[in-house]
Amino acid sequence: MPFKIISSQCTGCSACETECPNVAIFEKGGTFVIDPKKCTECFGHFEEPQCVAVCPVDKTCVLDTSLPRYQPPA
Amino acid sequence: MLAVEPKSCGISVGAGKARCRAHGGQGDLPPAIWDKVKKHPCYSVEAHHHYARMHVAVAPACNMQCNYCNRKYDCANESRPGVTSEKLTPEEAAKKVLAVASRIPQMTVLGIAGPGDPLANPDKTFRTFELVAKAASDIKLCLSTNGLALPDHVDTIARLNIEHVTITINMIDPEIGAKIYPWIFYNHKRYSGLEAAKILTKRQLKGLEMLSARGILCKINSVMIPGINDRHLVEVNKAVNSRGAFLHNIMPLIAASEHGTVFGLQGQRVPRTSELKALQDACEGEMNMMRHCRQCRADAVGLLGEDRCAEFTKEKIVTMTVNYDPEARKAYQAGIEEERRARRGPRHEEVGEHADGTSDIKVLIAVATKGTGLINQHFGHAKEFQVYEVSRSGAKFVGHRRVDHYCQGGHGAPDHLAAIIRSINDCHAVFVARIGGRPMSELNKAGIEPVDQYAHEFIETSAIAWFTSYLEKVQNGQVQHVDRGDGAIRQDPMMSVA
Repeated sequence: MPFKIISSQCTGCSACETECPNVAIFEKGGTFVIDPKKCTECFGHFEEPQCVAVCPVDKTCVLDTSLPRYQPPA
Repeated sequence: MLAVEPKSCGISVGAGKARCRAHGGQGDLPPAIWDKVKKHPCYSVEAHHHYARMHVAVAPACNMQCNYCNRKYDCANESRPGVTSEKLTPEEAAKKVLAVASRIPQMTVLGIAGPGDPLANPDKTFRTFELVAKAASDIKLCLSTNGLALPDHVDTIARLNIEHVTITINMIDPEIGAKIYPWIFYNHKRYSGLEAAKILTKRQLKGLEMLSARGILCKINSVMIPGINDRHLVEVNKAVNSRGAFLHNIMPLIAASEHGTVFGLQGQRVPRTSELKALQDACEGEMNMMRHCRQCRADAVGLLGEDRCAEFTKEKIVTMTVNYDPEARKAYQAGIEEERRARRGPRHEEVGEHADGTSDIKVLIAVATKGTGLINQHFGHAKEFQVYEVSRSGAKFVGHRRVDHYCQGGHGAPDHLAAIIRSINDCHAVFVARIGGRPMSELNKAGIEPVDQYAHEFIETSAIAWFTSYLEKVQNGQVQHVDRGDGAIRQDPMMSVA
């Protein structure tokens, strides 16, 4: 399940954009979105998902439960 | 009083009161330091009457959360740190700087102060400074940071010739820090509580030491939070002083429920002006204290206290032609320096023989001024009063009180008058260029003497002349001196309006 950003909560501060190890986060209309194809939930990079850890507004970067969980390459 | 010399930064200006006075004029500051502060409105109390600064909001990301900050805030009518109406790219910011510099020739300082942390946005921050340095080399660069990432960027700061850095340090005791900072983001991890505060204070003090060692002037901002760090800030003052900080700016917490901050929602009270002044006085023996801070916006433009950010919005900048002329700016600033030199003489007279040699009376006076060192504003037009403490040793600027001005569209507003009187009722007198009959009688009723006999004269000399005659009246029994320093009698409109 990749992470997604609740746009109504996003302040557009861009903190997540620079922390994302997969360059999966980009600006769209003043707020930020996560490309689900690129998001690896920071698996293999960091202990915790960087977008969640740096986001100033709680519950703004959340798991997108409608999508399958990220599978690390074998 | 501890006579702690700043170590390793090469600033040797002596300790104690002599040093406190130094940032008014050159005082005993070494020429190299004076050169760095004489045109910086935040670092020199005298310069803020003459020179302007601007902030560009290129740094919206932050690496920590403070309980006095709400990252969602965005309002054109509020003047306080962290607030901005627009975020700029480095290129847009550089254009804005040139547009402002060509229209406000006394703008000498560009600061980057958020709305997030400039060093949590190092690429945007340093790119902006590089662009500005290339296009307008006469503008001083400074930045304001929470200090968490500071040690990693000291070399870049030095390389880009950023001469002034402000670090916000609210504690050196992690137990206290845990009450101010819910979390930090450091080394790709979120830390909270005591652990977060320990990392933060270590990084802040290390960053300060590194900057001092390179001769970069550091101002420390501390937010005074009653019941949390108010007493502790004396310890903070000693800690930063011993690490070479140049100036300490203890400012009042801004907290109201409508701001949506943790402190605002918790109903955390803000300090009274009397409490703030007492704390600043307690720290003054150690180092320079800043008392003219206006707690400005992340996109403020112009003289301190006279924000012109609305004239330079992103929309307006796009259509502005930029005619940046360094020679014209230089000539204009030379004129300012000429005026300052001419004015310096009469401003520093001491109290004359009439003052009783044993009197330890100290009074506060409020002054209606347009910020030029003169008493030159009508009472009803004043949006703020400058407050001076006057005693045998002279007149000293100790702060300002913002108010809603009394004359609204040609009519006096009675509610505003009452609020103005409350805001200055620890003062014995209010000095004005002119004043109407109604406010004059209301002030007299409140025991504040309206003084208009020094209209358009220098503040310090007038204050001393008035004080000398006040002491005479006390001596010959004409006046009974009453100490008006009781903060409890005042309702605090410190942050009432932008």
